[in-house]
Amino acid sequence: MKLITAIIKPFKLDDVREALHEIGVKGITVTEVKGFGRQKGHTELYRGAEYVVDFLPKAKLEIGVPADKVEQVIEAIRNAANTGKIGDGKIFVSNLEQTIRIRTGETGPDAL
Amino acid sequence: MSLLKPKGVLAVLLTLLISVLPSMVLADELNGADTAWILTSTALVLFMTIPGLSLFYAGLVRNKNVLSVLMQCFAITCMVSVMWLVFVYGLAFGDGGSMNKWIGNLDQLMLGGISRDSMVGSIPESVFSMFQMTFAIITPALIVGAFAERMKFSAMLWFSAIWLVVVYAPVTHWVWGGGWLQDMGLLDFAGGTVVHVNAGVAALVAALVLGPRKGFGKTQMPPHNLTMTVAGAGMLWVGWFGFNAGSALGANGDAGMAMLVTHISAAAGSLAWMAMEWIRHGKPSVLGIVTGMVAGLGTITPASGFVGPAGALLIGLTAGVVCYSVTAFMKHTMKIDDSLDVFPVHGMGGVIGTLLAGVFVGILGGAGLAEGMSMGGQVWVQFVGVASTFVYCGVLSWIILKLVDAVIGLRVSEEEETQGLDLVLHDETGYNL
Repeated sequence: MKLITAIIKPFKLDDVREALHEIGVKGITVTEVKGFGRQKGHTELYRGAEYVVDFLPKAKLEIGVPADKVEQVIEAIRNAANTGKIGDGKIFVSNLEQTIRIRTGETGPDAL
Repeated sequence: MSLLKPKGVLAVLLTLLISVLPSMVLADELNGADTAWILTSTALVLFMTIPGLSLFYAGLVRNKNVLSVLMQCFAITCMVSVMWLVFVYGLAFGDGGSMNKWIGNLDQLMLGGISRDSMVGSIPESVFSMFQMTFAIITPALIVGAFAERMKFSAMLWFSAIWLVVVYAPVTHWVWGGGWLQDMGLLDFAGGTVVHVNAGVAALVAALVLGPRKGFGKTQMPPHNLTMTVAGAGMLWVGWFGFNAGSALGANGDAGMAMLVTHISAAAGSLAWMAMEWIRHGKPSVLGIVTGMVAGLGTITPASGFVGPAGALLIGLTAGVVCYSVTAFMKHTMKIDDSLDVFPVHGMGGVIGTLLAGVFVGILGGAGLAEGMSMGGQVWVQFVGVASTFVYCGVLSWIILKLVDAVIGLRVSEEEETQGLDLVLHDETGYNL
């Protein structure tokens, strides 16, 4: 099992959710986060007082998937979240040791 | 106020006599239309402070201080109202006898001289006093913007109370109560000197004496809710019709023209500020356009009963450009933390407007200079009015602040400032979302 963590532009969240739904992903966890990467922040100006906003809002998705589905999920996220512009985000893949469904106690890929 | 202008001498005499003699004897006939309009104007001017100015300011501070600003404006409203009743009205508008050049009297304790029959001009004195009270309320409330986010509530009350008596009442007397500036022929229709220069200069001095907010210039302090600010700004615009057109003290041509020029100047000031930002920074901002509106309104205030619509357009445009530039200068060059820009917007607006009233009264559809007065002579009188208010208010405000600082301290501690005044001073938070 793998844990896929994707940081994407917030306005692409719906597209990504639909794309994942189409390939059979049963659940995702979404968090509103802030951060910075190559995309610079922006400046705000209030009566001449300039404020540089370094951290930009992003959406963070966490998805547990069976190992054989990883490439498919990555492909789906990339296609849906890609605008071709700087700041589209990143996808991290890490090993997932165990998954347990709280209600039934199922474990492993069955619990995903 | 118009009592004190074109019909000049007669009106002044009348005001003086009314305060000396039993008013029923001399009173003009009560005019229902005049009275109705000033009743309405009074409500409009109160509406400017609560909720207009309160919301305007509250949106501009950080969310941990939103309640403190609302509270300051509200408490000033209540405190000034009671002080006005107790003795300040007489101090501002009473006849000071041999001291009348400088100050009124203490005969109006508990507004005891006002009965149902007392008249000022064609309106009941109760209405006149109440109308003037709303001006006395908004002026100290304007100063709040300078020391927002760091002043103790108790110190704010002490400062505002003493300032009302020592600065506001005498200056009002000089300009509108039969004092020396009125004798000189100063044109200040609705409070360029009394309200805006006064508040602006006190704000500047307060910002200097208190010092900047912790982290000023190093950390970011953006407004926490600009929708609130824009809502408050809209209320100020509407309320300002009562402020300026009400200062005609009647439902007449002066009131009508005052309303028209007020509106034109607000619009022109907004556009001018917006254009300056658009040119200098690439984008027009909503805070910019509403700040330009306040600048345009503050600036037309002293001139509103005297100038014509074309003059108002020029005054508004000048206000937008000059107040914008002074705001930037204060922040970047002087590094003074007049937190909500009271001096550059109101103080400068009051200065420019009072001076320009002397110019545009005589041209472009203005009401015309007083007989025997040249434009240069009038502008000189206007300059004396501005300069004397500036110096008197500046010195006295400094003394009051130093005094209050010595006795109870002006600022909250650094830790309390970081925590936010809402929680520290009022045990409340603005938002529990």
